[in-house]
Amino acid sequence: MFVYRKIIKPFFIFSVLLLFTSNALIAAGDHSLESKSPLKPGFSFEGPFGKFDRAQLRRGYQVYREVCASCHAMKQLSFRNLVQPGGPEYPETDAKIFAADYLITDGYDDYGDPIERDRILSDPFPSPYNSKEAAKASNNGAYPPDLSLIVKARTGGYNYIFSLLNGYGMEIPENLDLELGDTLSYNPWYEGIGIAMLQPLYEDSVEYEDGTKATIEQMSKDVTAFLTWAAEPEMEERKRLGFIVMSFLIIFVFLMYLSTKALWRDIH
Amino acid sequence: MANDYQYEPKNSLTKWLDSRLPLLRFTNEHVLQFPTPKNLNYFWTFGFILTMCLVTQIVTGIILAMHYTPSVDSAFDSIEHIMRNVNYGWLIRYIHSNGASMFFLAVFIHMFRGLYYGSYKEPREVLWILGCIIYFLMIVTAFMGYVLPWGQMSFWAATVIINLVGTLPLIGESLTQMLLGGFAVDNPTLNRFFSLHYLLPFIIFGVVLLHIWALHVPGNSNPIGVSVQGKQDTVAFHPYYTVKDFFAYVVFLILFCYFIFYNPNILGHADNYIEADPMVTPAHIVPEWYLLPFYAILRAVPDKLTGVLLMFGSIAVLFFLPWLDTAKTRSARYRPLYKFFFILFFIDCLMLGYLGGVVPEGIYLLLSRVCTIYYFAFFLIVMPVLSRYEVPKPIPIGISNPNLTNDMVATD
Repeated sequence: MFVYRKIIKPFFIFSVLLLFTSNALIAAGDHSLESKSPLKPGFSFEGPFGKFDRAQLRRGYQVYREVCASCHAMKQLSFRNLVQPGGPEYPETDAKIFAADYLITDGYDDYGDPIERDRILSDPFPSPYNSKEAAKASNNGAYPPDLSLIVKARTGGYNYIFSLLNGYGMEIPENLDLELGDTLSYNPWYEGIGIAMLQPLYEDSVEYEDGTKATIEQMSKDVTAFLTWAAEPEMEERKRLGFIVMSFLIIFVFLMYLSTKALWRDIH
Repeated sequence: MANDYQYEPKNSLTKWLDSRLPLLRFTNEHVLQFPTPKNLNYFWTFGFILTMCLVTQIVTGIILAMHYTPSVDSAFDSIEHIMRNVNYGWLIRYIHSNGASMFFLAVFIHMFRGLYYGSYKEPREVLWILGCIIYFLMIVTAFMGYVLPWGQMSFWAATVIINLVGTLPLIGESLTQMLLGGFAVDNPTLNRFFSLHYLLPFIIFGVVLLHIWALHVPGNSNPIGVSVQGKQDTVAFHPYYTVKDFFAYVVFLILFCYFIFYNPNILGHADNYIEADPMVTPAHIVPEWYLLPFYAILRAVPDKLTGVLLMFGSIAVLFFLPWLDTAKTRSARYRPLYKFFFILFFIDCLMLGYLGGVVPEGIYLLLSRVCTIYYFAFFLIVMPVLSRYEVPKPIPIGISNPNLTNDMVATD
């Protein structure tokens, strides 16, 4: 016991402290190198019971359709997704109207000519460019990423996307000494020298159908919510099922605990 | 400890079956009535938990394979197809991807338990070596599985690891060619990784059966490390350990389900939701969390080949544990010095895990070197030296006899 109390225990505590302080030091060191940690505006879908705000998703889709879609594709989404439970839940008639705005080439006619028709619910969202090369050629060599999974594909998730959309028009800090040309913008949340996406949102870039005032912050928040849903359309179902499974497991683990105790009572 | 329970068929049907295929005899003697030390603590429940992990991975994996396309053009999209269009596909995939992490969490606890209680010592050397083989196969399987979604991390992790294999002398070049199936990570690589990722779990399953066989010859070790001396020391596996193991498994499931339902992507890397692009290298290429300690060891050495050899050596050294630690006392409870170095080793592994995730510069590089040295020193210096010079504390005479003794022979 002497060895344990006098040597092992203090050393153990010292080692644990060393571990934590070194972690803290490492974390502190990292911050100076990287971009700003994201803003946290607070979303309705956060937390174990959080759900999407349908009106917000619809506003977000409007922002995507009228602003982002001119450069960014969302190839994983189809118009039918807009109708599904757990999403913007548009009435089928509305989603059909959105789909019919875009053409799609579907097979060939009897003369071998491609058939162009209006899109229907089962068709995917249209892509603004025919190829990656065409997308690059139109955007000073930078490729506008597909937005289907952008919230999952960025460290910081939806808070990062929101911060980035809000991070335009800021002065470059003098200590950075950055020379950005016309094609790059300064954005404190972007990791890198300058972001190739020019400021996408301005006051009243869209006119919301529900009368909400279209500030940059409002539009950023709405489109971020929409992109979060697009990245994980199963989120509401996942949390709903999770609650049922967890409730069952917590009752079950209690019963298993009592069974184990009762069974082992007489074993010494 | 011999299997002292004898199965007696009760009626004519079971007697008839017993003389043709002794299936009921086997089940009774090796599962239901198997005599198990009565003093096992909850660290001993991880064998059962790991079996359940393996079954879960195989079942979800088979379903995923029904919908997945192993082709560089459609692998990424087919995963998204599973996530979005397959009924409960998101659930199956999140179980499988988080299941890999939970599998490793359980195997780490299982191995640290073996290390602490000396479960690798005579007469369980073969049991331990089979466990090490399973562990190595798990790492290979997990690595190949991580490549299948064909995200940026999948692609670049595969590129880095296969490059490392190439540095090995003699076999390096041909092994690289066999893994790649071409000049770089591409469609042939993905195809063979898919094939092997489907095959290896069944090989693991086979080695698990051998592992359990090797367990059932000497019987379980136990927290005091004193061998079972008679019926007074054991209970039947069923219902005592079936119920206790299942209770522990449900606790484990709660943590598992937290990840599946509430934080399914926290254990992965955001970059793997970007489709693989051979022209764009991610800023930091890191493996999954459970491989970070090995990654830290690899990067601690400036020379590539030495780093690779040390990385493989850090697993290889485990195979020799029974002959590196020859102390007669099994359990660390009665070995204060070993216990001290064990705790230090445990912290060392956590540190290596952390250091594997940061850029190896300055203080972190120094720390990963210190930690790497200690990792090997623990096995190659501390264990043999303590085996010779450490004076153990008196140990209990038996599982049912708490009186202490210094006489090792009397207890074995």
